[in-house]
Amino acid sequence: MRSYGIIALVVALLACVPLVTSSNVVLNFLVVALLIALVGQGWNVLGGYGGQYSFGHAAFFGTAAYTTGILQLHYGVNAWAGLVIGIAAGALVGAITGALSFRSGLRGSYFALVTLAFAEVLRIIASVAPITGAGVGTLVKLDLRWEAFQFQSRAPFYWIILAFVAVSLVIAQRLERSRFGAYLVAIRENEDAAKAAGIDVFRVKLAAMTLSAAITAAGGCFYAQYFLFLDAGIAYGPWISVDALLAPIIGGIGTVFGPLLGALVVKTLGEVTKHLIGDAPGLDLVIFGCVLILVVAFAPRGIAGLLRRRT
Amino acid sequence: MLSPIILVPAVLNGLLTGAVYALVALGLTLIYGVLHIINFAHGALLTVAMFAAFFAYKLLGLDPYLAALGLTPLFFCLGYALQRFVIGPAAHGEDRNILLVTLGLAVVIENALLYAFRADTRTVNLSYGFNVIEVGPAFLSVPRVIGFCIVIAVAIALYLLMLFTDTGKAIRAVAKEKYGAELSGIDVAHIYAVTFGLGTACLAVAACLLLPTYYVNPHAGNAFVLIAFTIVVLGGMGSVAGALLGGLIIGVVESLCGLYLGESLGQIGIFVIFILVLLFRPTGLFGERA
Repeated sequence: MRSYGIIALVVALLACVPLVTSSNVVLNFLVVALLIALVGQGWNVLGGYGGQYSFGHAAFFGTAAYTTGILQLHYGVNAWAGLVIGIAAGALVGAITGALSFRSGLRGSYFALVTLAFAEVLRIIASVAPITGAGVGTLVKLDLRWEAFQFQSRAPFYWIILAFVAVSLVIAQRLERSRFGAYLVAIRENEDAAKAAGIDVFRVKLAAMTLSAAITAAGGCFYAQYFLFLDAGIAYGPWISVDALLAPIIGGIGTVFGPLLGALVVKTLGEVTKHLIGDAPGLDLVIFGCVLILVVAFAPRGIAGLLRRRT
Repeated sequence: MLSPIILVPAVLNGLLTGAVYALVALGLTLIYGVLHIINFAHGALLTVAMFAAFFAYKLLGLDPYLAALGLTPLFFCLGYALQRFVIGPAAHGEDRNILLVTLGLAVVIENALLYAFRADTRTVNLSYGFNVIEVGPAFLSVPRVIGFCIVIAVAIALYLLMLFTDTGKAIRAVAKEKYGAELSGIDVAHIYAVTFGLGTACLAVAACLLLPTYYVNPHAGNAFVLIAFTIVVLGGMGSVAGALLGGLIIGVVESLCGLYLGESLGQIGIFVIFILVLLFRPTGLFGERA
């Protein structure tokens, strides 16, 4: 119960931020950081606990974002219904890619490659298909009512993404303590031994990938509502796949708070760079890349690992 | 069906494109065959090589084919140093870490280039850039025909190097049995770095061959990454002959898909092949193990 207490405390503290400040800059920064934390938690479920490194989480993010965006724009579907359908669509893509790749026994580099390829195929299709608006993109209609999942101010958006993150934290916490989570970790540590011990490796990995995709998909739906604009490079672009793995790895791979911690650090780093050097294209990513290499080299358990060693 | 008048040029042009793809893939497959890692920085390193060739021409007036003579050893050293001093030590010998380190390198290199040179697209104007020769019903671009011949020469040279030199033997030994090779006195870290260097040197040649007919920008190498992965998987991870054949096949597939489905969907054919091969025959045409 103590660990759920910590989650509740962290979420409650974060929930107070809009009461303290109404600065759009601060809130916008936190919304984006929390979005990355959510997407990263999705990656963490599969990559952190399961050891299956996906380089293509954009496939789930983009599918969900486009699903809710297109349903609202062309079919008049309510945004909240779109959220549910979008998450389901992202999870479905996760289940299909997972079933295909795990059925063929793809592991390690092969798995990373095939996930990357799936995301790229979707990106290319989205960049020419008429329904996505192709080169022009999808513009979700402005409709500032809560029924339409759009708000005048940033605070409601902030609380909603925080609620999503809270749910993802609870999921990760439950995963850690569950039999399913133990199976997943066993597969990460030694897949052949896990199989020999009688774990249905295929089913466990498939379930983890579906759950992982669903969490990331929720981030995609939120993105569509918050920014109201999608194109192939945003929805299926490599940036989201990289952010999704950067946050948990820097924060602490396979830990409950790793993705949240990592997302806050990465986004802060990006802002600090911008302030020190000005808005130079690419420079923030250069620093993220260096941090990624340094973390892998010197702190393989991320920031969470460093903190744990000290105490 | 289309008439041979259209089909033959498409196939021939596909082969010429495929040759350069094959060279990029050759470097990738060499590294995979020995280190058993997928180098996600391969595309970014190709972009670096293209910029190097571009500035060799712009600043020093070096013809790309001449520049290749200097850039190839230079990039061998770059690749050697990267593996020896960055990737090797940072990864602690874990495959998952190597994936992340090479991905990190790709992000760093690509964005450093973006920062330094902005997103502008650059091209060079060579006197022979638009020359063509007539082969049957097809007009083929002279620089691309030269490129094709050079790729074949490089592939043969690499093959001979692997077969007959001591270094080649050591590389093959490490690829087959790392610990056995180490016990027989082979410096595995050195051989790893040499292999990475050779793979990177292939990129320098490929960049110089591309420059006369292609453009340079910070993302230019990316266009080749997934194609090269596809070729490597299709040909069999680690197989030099597979990379060469796979490259030519992919070149033709892209050209024909472009012809039938339109230019923007030409690459879809490649990715579909990629996913199908990964799913149903991950060992590829010549690969030994998955």
